Amino acid sequence: MARKDRGSSGAWFPRWFWPSFAGPAFVWLLLFFVLPFYVILSVAFGGLDQIFLTATPVYDPLHWTFGSFRDVATGLVTTHSIYQETFVRTLVYVGIATALSLLIGYPVAYFIARHAGRAKTFFLVAFIAPFWISYMMRMFSWVNLLQPEGYVNRVLRSLGVIQEPRLWLNGKPSTVVLGLVYGYVPYMILPLYGMLDRIDRATLEAARDLGGSQARTFFRVTLPLSRQAILAGCVIVALPMFGDYFTQTLLASTRQTAMFGNLIVSSMDSSLVNQGASLVIILIVALALPMFYYLRSTNAARELAER
Amino acid sequence: MSATATSLGARVRGWTMNPWARAHFLWVIAIAYVVWTLLPVFIAVAFSFNAGKAQTTWQGFSLTRWYVSDVNSLWKDETLRSALFQSLKLSSLVVLIAVPFGVGFALALDRWQARSASVSNFLMLFSFITPEIAIGVGLFLMFTQLVSGVGLGFKAQLVGLSMFEMAYPVIVVRARLLSIGKQYEEAAMDLGATPIGAMRRVLFPMLSPAIFASVAIVFASAIDNFVISQRLSVDASTQTIPIIIYSSARRSPLPSLNALATVTLVSSTVLVAAAALLYRRFTRIERGSPA
Repeated sequence: MARKDRGSSGAWFPRWFWPSFAGPAFVWLLLFFVLPFYVILSVAFGGLDQIFLTATPVYDPLHWTFGSFRDVATGLVTTHSIYQETFVRTLVYVGIATALSLLIGYPVAYFIARHAGRAKTFFLVAFIAPFWISYMMRMFSWVNLLQPEGYVNRVLRSLGVIQEPRLWLNGKPSTVVLGLVYGYVPYMILPLYGMLDRIDRATLEAARDLGGSQARTFFRVTLPLSRQAILAGCVIVALPMFGDYFTQTLLASTRQTAMFGNLIVSSMDSSLVNQGASLVIILIVALALPMFYYLRSTNAARELAER
Repeated sequence: MSATATSLGARVRGWTMNPWARAHFLWVIAIAYVVWTLLPVFIAVAFSFNAGKAQTTWQGFSLTRWYVSDVNSLWKDETLRSALFQSLKLSSLVVLIAVPFGVGFALALDRWQARSASVSNFLMLFSFITPEIAIGVGLFLMFTQLVSGVGLGFKAQLVGLSMFEMAYPVIVVRARLLSIGKQYEEAAMDLGATPIGAMRRVLFPMLSPAIFASVAIVFASAIDNFVISQRLSVDASTQTIPIIIYSSARRSPLPSLNALATVTLVSSTVLVAAAALLYRRFTRIERGSPA
């Protein structure tokens, strides 16, 4: 039916009419998204001036060499090398932070979708707010709260939890992980809320009419129905966390807590662009699977909506 | 002791078995969540009105000291003021490029059902989920190694960010196109409108709420962008607000930095709220009078 409509409207517009609207954006994507990636490859697989250590990019794929890329990749598989330690640390931080985001985000999304009642608008606004409050400002407010004389230490001391001020900002992995959770948890709540809000109430009522308790209904109906959204939410928060370097710099800034993004940025800032480009390629390869999963799941959702 | 334990156990069991029980603990979690996400920001905003120089002790209220009166206030500190103007300039121009390009792209994707359309769509989504650091490094290398005319700085930031932000209008406008369908334009053309006329008089007015929403989202997101802006910035003249906050947060900054952050926060909030109200008004009119 829908197909037929499209066919008939084709007669109204010249063939080139609609594709031409995509032109500027398509050119923009080719010039500033695809081409930069090609430059990354050309630099990573290009040459290195032996005296000045400057990169000499090679734009012809037939002449690509893999010397400096191999060095970086070898570092990644060598135990106790800085590359491997940083990579594993990043995996651990992102893994814990994603799990915590889910643990915090799920009940909040569930509450807004089901139980907020008349306060729903208030809670929706409150949980969308972090999206337009600058990430840097949100992190900066924590930097001040976590200073030795900041409010966090003062509250903990007056409660008697700690005696001496705790140095939160001196390279504590827990601070970095909590910073990541604080920064990205809203992105987890959004897909979860979208899914939970769409679950038909009749399904839940059926489960309950058939004698399911609140807990049983949740575990047998709601949770299985939201599995897709849980996966999507985890991917949405894990992808940017993996490339994040600023959270670690603001909240810790030590070698012992450096993340993969810090490795890339420090290579770039010390003009080791071959190394930086190789690390970016490794980052993209490492994230390829979740990225494709996400693209496929949004495409599937879209096709479902269009039908 | 054990009596209270059993009664507590019984109460928990009673609650989980009763399908219609109210979830008090969820209220507690949700309120704790809202406090946890928003209280730190409120404290940072409050400290922009601190009468003294401290970031951790409240020294009395001063409305104007860190905004306009002090020598190091937002208005008088050259670095902060230039970052504010730089950010406003950059994000406004990003809106002017990203929104029209994105709206056109969304229209084309919706109407042009070809294989190449889905390839373009895939490319757009891919740019949206690629970690920003990869895009930042790629653009940096392109403007330093491959292209020599443009160089790093404002122009590089502008093209890079406008590419990255294009995905928002595409997503918002496509959702709107899906909900209005094509029958309005077809009716207009049946009544003798030219394709261009039908677009101008029928389609664009119906798309305007989505376009307003895109403007607000792109502006708010561009003014907060850090990674791409920082990777492509060259010197003090191309530093934006997030770059300034990032580089001075750990160096015990003055409350004028909070003032800078507060001004950004307020301008994004006003814009987003205005767009939300407009969107609701437009769509309400539509729902009220079935075409």
